[in-house]
Amino acid sequence: MSASQAQIQLTVNGQQASVDVPPMKRLLDVLREDLGLTGAKEGCGEGECGSCSVRMNGELVNSCLVPILQAANARIETVEGLAIDAELHPLQKAFLECGGAQCGICTPGMLMAATHLLAHNPHPSIEEIREGLAGNLCRCTGFIKIFDSVIAAAAMGGNPTHAR
Amino acid sequence: MRGNPEAHQLIAPGTLSAVIAQLARAPGEWTPIAGGTELMVAHAAGRLTAPKLISLWSLPELSFLRVTENEISIGGGVTFGQIRSHSAIAADFPLLSRAASWIGSIANQNRATIAGNIVNGSPAADAPPALLVYDAEIELISQRGLRRLPYADFHLGYKRSVLMPDELALALHLPRRFAKHAQYLRKVGTRKAMAITKIALAATAIVENETITEIRLAAASVADRPIRLTATEAALIGKKLSSNTMREARKVLLNEVRPIDDIRSTAEYRKHVAANLLDEFLSELAIDSTHEGLSA
Amino acid sequence: MLTPNPNSFFDAMTASPKTRSQTRIVGTPQIRKEGIDKVLGRAKYVDDLERDGMWHGATVRSTIPRGKILDIHFDPGIDWTEFVIVTAADIPGKNHIQMIAADQPCLAAEAVNHCDEAIVLLAHPDKRCLPAAVAAVRIDYEPLPAVLSIEESETQHEIIWGPHTAEGNIFKQFHLEKGNVDDVWATAAHIVTGEYHTGAQEHLYIENNGMIAEYSDEEGLTVWGSLQCPFYVHKSLVAVFDLPAEKVRVIQAETGGAFGGKEDYPSILAAHAGLLARKARRPIKMVYDRMEDLAATTKRHPSRTRHRTAVDKEGKLLAMEIELATDGGAYSTLSSTVLSRATLHATGPYVCPNIRIRSRTWATNTVPYGAFRGFGAPQSIFAIERHMEQIARAVGIDSVELRRRNFLHDGDTTATEQVMREPVILDTLLERALKESGYTSKQERFARENPHSTIKRGMGLAAFYHGSGFTGSGERYLNSLAGIDVTPQGKVRVLVSSTEFGQGTNTILTQIAAESLGITYDDIEMAPCDTHHIPNSGPTVASRTSMVVGHLIEKSGHQLISQLQESYGLSEPYTRDEFFAACDRYREQAGKVESLCRYEAPPNIFWDDQKYRGEAYPAFAWAVYVAEVAVDTTTYSAEVTNFYAVQEVGRVLNPTLAAGQIEGGVAQAVGYALYEKVLLKNGHMFNNQMTNYIMPTAADVPPIAVFFEEIPFDYGAYGAKGIGELPHDGPAPAILNAIQDAIGESFCSIPLLPEDIFLRMSIHSLHEEPAPV
Repeated sequence: MSASQAQIQLTVNGQQASVDVPPMKRLLDVLREDLGLTGAKEGCGEGECGSCSVRMNGELVNSCLVPILQAANARIETVEGLAIDAELHPLQKAFLECGGAQCGICTPGMLMAATHLLAHNPHPSIEEIREGLAGNLCRCTGFIKIFDSVIAAAAMGGNPTHAR
Repeated sequence: MRGNPEAHQLIAPGTLSAVIAQLARAPGEWTPIAGGTELMVAHAAGRLTAPKLISLWSLPELSFLRVTENEISIGGGVTFGQIRSHSAIAADFPLLSRAASWIGSIANQNRATIAGNIVNGSPAADAPPALLVYDAEIELISQRGLRRLPYADFHLGYKRSVLMPDELALALHLPRRFAKHAQYLRKVGTRKAMAITKIALAATAIVENETITEIRLAAASVADRPIRLTATEAALIGKKLSSNTMREARKVLLNEVRPIDDIRSTAEYRKHVAANLLDEFLSELAIDSTHEGLSA
Repeated sequence: MLTPNPNSFFDAMTASPKTRSQTRIVGTPQIRKEGIDKVLGRAKYVDDLERDGMWHGATVRSTIPRGKILDIHFDPGIDWTEFVIVTAADIPGKNHIQMIAADQPCLAAEAVNHCDEAIVLLAHPDKRCLPAAVAAVRIDYEPLPAVLSIEESETQHEIIWGPHTAEGNIFKQFHLEKGNVDDVWATAAHIVTGEYHTGAQEHLYIENNGMIAEYSDEEGLTVWGSLQCPFYVHKSLVAVFDLPAEKVRVIQAETGGAFGGKEDYPSILAAHAGLLARKARRPIKMVYDRMEDLAATTKRHPSRTRHRTAVDKEGKLLAMEIELATDGGAYSTLSSTVLSRATLHATGPYVCPNIRIRSRTWATNTVPYGAFRGFGAPQSIFAIERHMEQIARAVGIDSVELRRRNFLHDGDTTATEQVMREPVILDTLLERALKESGYTSKQERFARENPHSTIKRGMGLAAFYHGSGFTGSGERYLNSLAGIDVTPQGKVRVLVSSTEFGQGTNTILTQIAAESLGITYDDIEMAPCDTHHIPNSGPTVASRTSMVVGHLIEKSGHQLISQLQESYGLSEPYTRDEFFAACDRYREQAGKVESLCRYEAPPNIFWDDQKYRGEAYPAFAWAVYVAEVAVDTTTYSAEVTNFYAVQEVGRVLNPTLAAGQIEGGVAQAVGYALYEKVLLKNGHMFNNQMTNYIMPTAADVPPIAVFFEEIPFDYGAYGAKGIGELPHDGPAPAILNAIQDAIGESFCSIPLLPEDIFLRMSIHSLHEEPAPV
């Protein structure tokens, strides 16, 4: 095999991290395998399902499509960083109360997409919610309770992590 | 995940000059990768054959959006997320804004770049129809220098273009002279979002005294590359907007397009929907021009 | 509005106020039991688990649909000493997967019968080395002619399964007779015939199949995996590994969606991972990627249903002759029971004195079709509910009125001569559905507006039932055992093999346990789903968990309270502390506190497997669904713009979860009707990527309004019947009925894609004329 390792620094949920991995290794695999953060899931490996969604420098990305070299020095936010200490993020509360999570496999990515949506648009319309979450496939809920959850979270005052 | 990251090199020289120098040293040896929305998919599927990749992601020299009096220039590394949220593009080139908002998902738009969308060469790509009806020009850069050509001349065939192995797409330039044009873009995909285009039609036109004095039509997924529908345009230019004109134009379009059957749709469907989209555009045009006539 | 006023759920309740006031926890929207782990991202699915020294496994699969295996070559370009290699020769026990029959090999040995059949297994410490190694194994075949459709199988020119007789290629057939069909045709006012087709459908759970296995001579085999039915997996492993039952242990990991897709396939994957673990002497993880999962695992059975129906001039059904065929794939797996449910739902919720149903499931050289939410019913109900629409047109009456005239009512008998002893409220459901959807006024408005628009709108409905629990006598054979125990730490645990995969098993069983014991929701936890520690409460399928298993938990709770009151000094009423104190006294004396109950069939449930007659199901859930659609004549695409789901599922145990089941099922069925097409070449699915197998996204699902009527069922937990599968049954015919209302074209096949609508419209009215200016 031809590739050498690359030393990559990044900030994940506010914590400095350093990994020594092939530069084409996917951000998703680095999170899951090297950093032990298994919240982001692999559903398709081709940027279709969104279950690997994380935020990179404040932008929503599919971590399965990011070679780790392109995440060098980036600020990464994953589902594990949403709750602050024991306090659930309003979206997490809303997903619990409104039934936004069923099997839960899409939930981490869905929460990150919803976080991103509310960060840009604290009171989205239903059409904006539909568009904002269209890259995150859920096969259990039919999305209806997810929409309800996002609306409820927005009403709860949305997005405390936005300021971080 | 079928690809092996250890089977590929990836470097990120960090500046445009360093990247084009690397490309110049061994043309064809290095494959540029920007947001990875195509190449990383191929990687996961075990279809990425390029052993050496060079990253263009976040190169500042490719990430500009420049608005001058006569044109808007979009750096090749600008993402569709940036394009759709850019107010000057929305004002002057609404079709491009809309095309940007239809690409993949928000997460894909945050990574996919306009140059990537073009250079990848897919006949179904979302940005090209809009760029074609705006008379966009594409600027290419290599260590040999810059060259600028009409975007309509860029694609040569299926996944073939004039881009040389040592070249990158530096920018797209869009002339700011479409404010008065009637404009149309419709994408017909496999679903409402996260959809690959089965057929798309873009158009810009000017109608004066119910006569079409200017028209550009471009389509995706009707040929081996994104194309201008020049024969159909010719059938319309200088014509009165009548049922007869529309019927004739429809016939010409049905002969002009050469779509294929593939995993997502059929050639017949694509042809007829392309013709229906033309009807839809021309009908809108007719209604608008009638209204103008009435209000004038 | 996206959803109806949440209060409307309570408006919908028709259960007696007495029943409602009797429950504190059942019927309330308790928070999902394992929800907190899911929203924190700390729920552990199989791919999130690691074992010390674990290697990874991969599968070499057949590339032809049928043939003899001549040789297996290993490309010398790979250093095979780094790998562990398993073939059929390494199987210590029987080379078959123990389902209803035992015809499916664990690994193909002499022959392959479908593309993507497993032949060789490989393991390596680095999973990234596996794809190249899989590609470096070449199988030589002597190809044999393949049978790739129901029609080819029916000719019996090639017999690919079973004897070379008239029974060849048939996994199972049923013949059901009621009355005398043959006497009716001559005198009927109308005879209406139709043929209806449904396609394969992929479950598309977002978590692919995955399994970890560990093996040692002392401990035997342990597997952790994404699965629905731990004891199905257990039974298969016992046979493949020739181990005593106590040396096989199956543990369910958090499971990311299933929908039936993890009912039978995990038995295969567990065996594969186990074989590699046994040979490698180390833990093995096998997790499919999406392409492999789509290509190699089960799908919903494709079907073809022919109806011939006699009606009188008022539209009363006189005779129904139904011929049903499903494509079972290469091995029998669950096809016989899927066919049974299809057969038992084929007449729809209608009463008819004379019925003949002949049904067959055919072998083809494709990946075996398997369980999928609805389990044959969506196929049958699509056919009958499209057919009713055609009957109405033939008779010249409105299709709503036609249905009303033929609905089953209390005391009527079904095709199997089952007497409807429980209340049947189809008329109420229909009226509610019409009212909530504004059916008639919208239909009239659309008829007025459509001629002036390129968007044609329409309304359509479907009425249907779904039998709760196993077909026929199935529940008696299952003989389920479930219950509760109380730990010394003061936790009550629910002991079941019923699994959670999103549908809410943990939550409703916890609610039921808390209710029956008179303690709080938080006092209850689910015992880990581990075959070493839980009783066999049967598979988590067939909409049986709430009704059957829930009822066992309810009874176990009452049983424990009786014991505590009779022998351990618990008085009535009692506090939570008094309950646990009584449990401590029980434990001191008995060693442990455990209360288990075994299934007992409700009275009057008798089923004759030979004659196919009797009580097909102990209870039915009933529904009337309305679809509102828009067909764009520019793009020929049909879109569901609103959906209304009215149903009676017995008591609703948790309104949030129940509505979530309905909404999710409707969305999945919208995909079944309009988006999702499995494309096969030589029986191999070639659109096996999410980018090419199109499920509805958040932007595509319609607003879905959900309404419940509630009639408690005496033999279900606190009155519950089945709910999970019901919502997949009705949407497809309702949608195609609405499309017929919108554009006047009758489509009889799903999935119905824009290309199909285009083809039909271009035949009838290819619009060469531009739209009017």
